[in-house]
Amino acid sequence: MAEITARITLPTSARRGEVVTVRVLVRHPMERAVDAPGLTPLPRRILHSFRVTYAGAEVFRAALSPGITANPYVEFTTVAVETGAMVFEWEEDGGTIYRREAQLTVA
Amino acid sequence: MPCPPHWPTRRAVLAAPLALALPAQAEEQDYAATERAILAGREPVADGITVDMPRLSENGNSVDLGIKVASPMTAEDHVTALHILSEKNPVPRVATFTLSPRNGRAEVATRIRLATTQTILVLAETSRGAVHRAEREVVVILGACVDAG
Repeated sequence: MAEITARITLPTSARRGEVVTVRVLVRHPMERAVDAPGLTPLPRRILHSFRVTYAGAEVFRAALSPGITANPYVEFTTVAVETGAMVFEWEEDGGTIYRREAQLTVA
Repeated sequence: MPCPPHWPTRRAVLAAPLALALPAQAEEQDYAATERAILAGREPVADGITVDMPRLSENGNSVDLGIKVASPMTAEDHVTALHILSEKNPVPRVATFTLSPRNGRAEVATRIRLATTQTILVLAETSRGAVHRAEREVVVILGACVDAG
């Protein structure tokens, strides 16, 4: 599993049924392969898909494009259902998959 | 790809046969066609979406965008997909978010790149087959594009 630097912000604990906000900031160039005179184009490298699974199901999915900033930021909400890991998965052009986990405690 | 793609570059011309081999990507090149593809014949309703984005952005490289859809997010009635479309970026479909009742609220936020002053279109598909639509104009002072001179 390839390494990726990500800052995942979510409450450490929540009541059952509470809607929690999850903020995800990841370090990535989101390289668009800009081709202009005087530039050596770098190959396209975009995190084109982002997927979050929690408590046995996918709770959020995003299809991203070169129109998303470098170091992409995504914020979404999810219902706290049980104590467990939230698994964050990014797929990059070329098929590299990055994975991170965050723990949510439900009281 | 230069940005905006007003003229075909040598690279684009050389890549053309490849583009033809991938019709799914080729159809993504047009803003209006992308919207039609998402609507799939459905008539959008112009309500229910709150778009939080600055009216004027100094720098197109990073523009905050927040979207809220008024939806109960229950099993019967929830937002299934949220699409962000850009009128003048080289790639019209900026992002698509897939939601479910597990989200509790239909709220997402992200940061986008904007090539130039343009309209941002948000489409929200619901589990009942309705499509909500919202448009926002944004003035961009410095676009997220390399000046191709």
